[in-house]
Amino acid sequence: MEYIDDASGIARQQQYSLISCCRCGLQIEPNPTNMCVDCLRSDVDITEDIPKTSALSFCRGCERYLQPPNQWIKAGLESRELLSICLKKLKGLTKVKLVDAGFVWTEPHSMRVKVKLTVQKEVMNAAVLQQVFVVEYVVQPHMCDDCHRVEAKDFWRAVVQIRQKSDHKKTFFYLEQLILKHKAHRSTVNIKPMADGLDFFFTKQDDAKKLVEFLSAYVPSRYVTGKELVSHDIRNNKFTYKYTFSVEIVPICKDHIICLPQKTAQQMGSISPLVIVQRVTQTIHVIDPHTLQVGELSSANYWRQPFTALVSPKQLIEFMVMEIDIVPDRDRPFRPRMSTKHGLADVYVARMSDLGVNEQQFHCRTHLGHILKVGDTVLGFDFTNANLNHQHFEKMKTDRIPDVMLVKKVFDNARRMRRRKWRLQRFDGAQDLDTESMTKDYNDFLDDLEEDQGLRENVNIYKDPTKITVESEDTDDEGIPQISLQEMLEDLHLTEDATGGEGADMME
Amino acid sequence: MAIRAQFEGNNEIGVFAKLTNNYCLVGIGGSENFYSVFEGEIGDTIPVVHASIAGCRVIGRMCVGNRHGLLVPNTTTDQELQHIRNALPDTVKIYRAEEKLSALGNVIACNDYVALVHPDLDRETEDLLVDTLNVEVFRHTVANNVLVGSYAVFSNQGGMVPPKTSVEDLDELSSLLQVPLVAGTVNRGSEVLAAGLVVNDWMAVCGHDTTSTEVSVMESIFKLSDHEPSQIQTQMRDSLVDTLS
Repeated sequence: MEYIDDASGIARQQQYSLISCCRCGLQIEPNPTNMCVDCLRSDVDITEDIPKTSALSFCRGCERYLQPPNQWIKAGLESRELLSICLKKLKGLTKVKLVDAGFVWTEPHSMRVKVKLTVQKEVMNAAVLQQVFVVEYVVQPHMCDDCHRVEAKDFWRAVVQIRQKSDHKKTFFYLEQLILKHKAHRSTVNIKPMADGLDFFFTKQDDAKKLVEFLSAYVPSRYVTGKELVSHDIRNNKFTYKYTFSVEIVPICKDHIICLPQKTAQQMGSISPLVIVQRVTQTIHVIDPHTLQVGELSSANYWRQPFTALVSPKQLIEFMVMEIDIVPDRDRPFRPRMSTKHGLADVYVARMSDLGVNEQQFHCRTHLGHILKVGDTVLGFDFTNANLNHQHFEKMKTDRIPDVMLVKKVFDNARRMRRRKWRLQRFDGAQDLDTESMTKDYNDFLDDLEEDQGLRENVNIYKDPTKITVESEDTDDEGIPQISLQEMLEDLHLTEDATGGEGADMME
Repeated sequence: MAIRAQFEGNNEIGVFAKLTNNYCLVGIGGSENFYSVFEGEIGDTIPVVHASIAGCRVIGRMCVGNRHGLLVPNTTTDQELQHIRNALPDTVKIYRAEEKLSALGNVIACNDYVALVHPDLDRETEDLLVDTLNVEVFRHTVANNVLVGSYAVFSNQGGMVPPKTSVEDLDELSSLLQVPLVAGTVNRGSEVLAAGLVVNDWMAVCGHDTTSTEVSVMESIFKLSDHEPSQIQTQMRDSLVDTLS
């Protein structure tokens, strides 16, 4: 002990006479208990209130530790978090002053965690005793509530039902890519294909809401919500609901011919009501093939006056281009918003089925002038033989209805698939569900991606290592749209699958 | 020799008893066990007297005395004084001290020749001490503590001071009192020595908790041991040497 000498200000050691320890007679310096340390230690044990063994609850499913009362925390071995959990487990630690704590190394598979603690406590006569000891924790397996729910397979609280009334699944392939790219499915516990759509299941209402917000930001859609009372506790006014979000996507897709309601057409810059859908992103992009005028129909505008498609791609028939005249820019009718990517042309086409039967040809104006050549095959709709039942179409004057409307050029499908050097990520297990018609839809979707750069922007495209070697096999590409190598991503051979490590286990 | 005792379960026996070479005062307890310890050991040599001072039984802390006399505080009633007067030998002078530090046992420690007193004790009381107890008076502290009567115990043979006494203090006190001193404890490490221990020239009584180590320290400093090596050396040595040679 040190005292400051008042007179000199120099610290000096005070000389005490040695006394004998009152227990064992050992000569010691006086201390508050007047006992030697060994005797004191045998007399009082400051750690006697602290248990020397304890248990930690550990969930094997999610590798988390239980922090009482009901919190589950991810913590590595010998981590700060684990130490705090260990210390919270010790009951008597409040009565002593904790000076130091650290792990003693144990074999990870031994399921034992050892913590070395240094504690101080005031014992009799204001003497402070310090002691070091080791507490052993047994790691006990204990399934957490979340994992328990997953095992029980009955755990969703909210479901998002996405529906589209259409005859193909291309929109959903697009959605799949969007969701994969933005990882919007991260908190999904299950994804189930249903007729006309998909169901996404969530454990929390907020997660479901997030997906709904995501969808409404990327595809034109509307939703309604509903909830079903599962249980309620009259004592504390707690109600448990299952929430349902029903999202309806507009039933209009690429290459549909639609007939706009008059009012809508006027709002879109007085576009002709009979238009072709070019692309559906956040909005519906349409083009008038006679003038190259383009327009965008927003989701809100669509739902103000909903309508169905006039002609779907399955109703299109093949025509052969017999003659083509590009319309020069100066002869083109001026419209406020015109596409610069398309070329206006006058074409004469004959039905494929008529070739060799009769000489009937149709004249039409088309927006495909930039890719069509004489002899090309093109898909279009023959209005002369059509029997269409459509509210808005019937109101149109007959002289404004063309004989034929060309929608898209046809390429050699087998050749195209062979030349495809890229692939997309899929949801885990999605391939197994594909039927023949779905495979065709999927290939159509891949074709669409190749043809439309705007669509590609929201999709991650990966190099296909199995295809990349058979390059420059034939240079005769005939203007088939392709995706440049720059746009492709190297496939990340992720250890976890596309749906994410946890989600994969939860999918049925 | 030193013996252990308890006063109604309390180890602070110095509070309830006053032991001198000429008499012994014992506080009035609920049972006679404590009294019997003294009576059994020294009842046949000196009077062992039941006493109270100002109605209290903590007489060890209230009064101070030695072979020559006894000082009691002025709160002592006439009846109590009369009783003590009657019980003690006639050679013992008894006086009441007009002292504001009325717990005389806490502020004065003495043997038959010298007394250590609280530095703030009245001059009159000091004079009374000299007259009554025939002692030389020193105003001093032990281990920076003014309550010398509580913390220091000494007989004509030796004395004990608390453990925190510095070596210089110990030497100075020892030369003042002219007895050997040692730092020690009673009652398993307690440094309030006078509360746990009463001593005269041939016996000591200490609290029940006192360890054998502490007892052996007491016996050696107060020279209470029956088998002192000096006996062999002084008395028997000659005869032994005679026989052997």
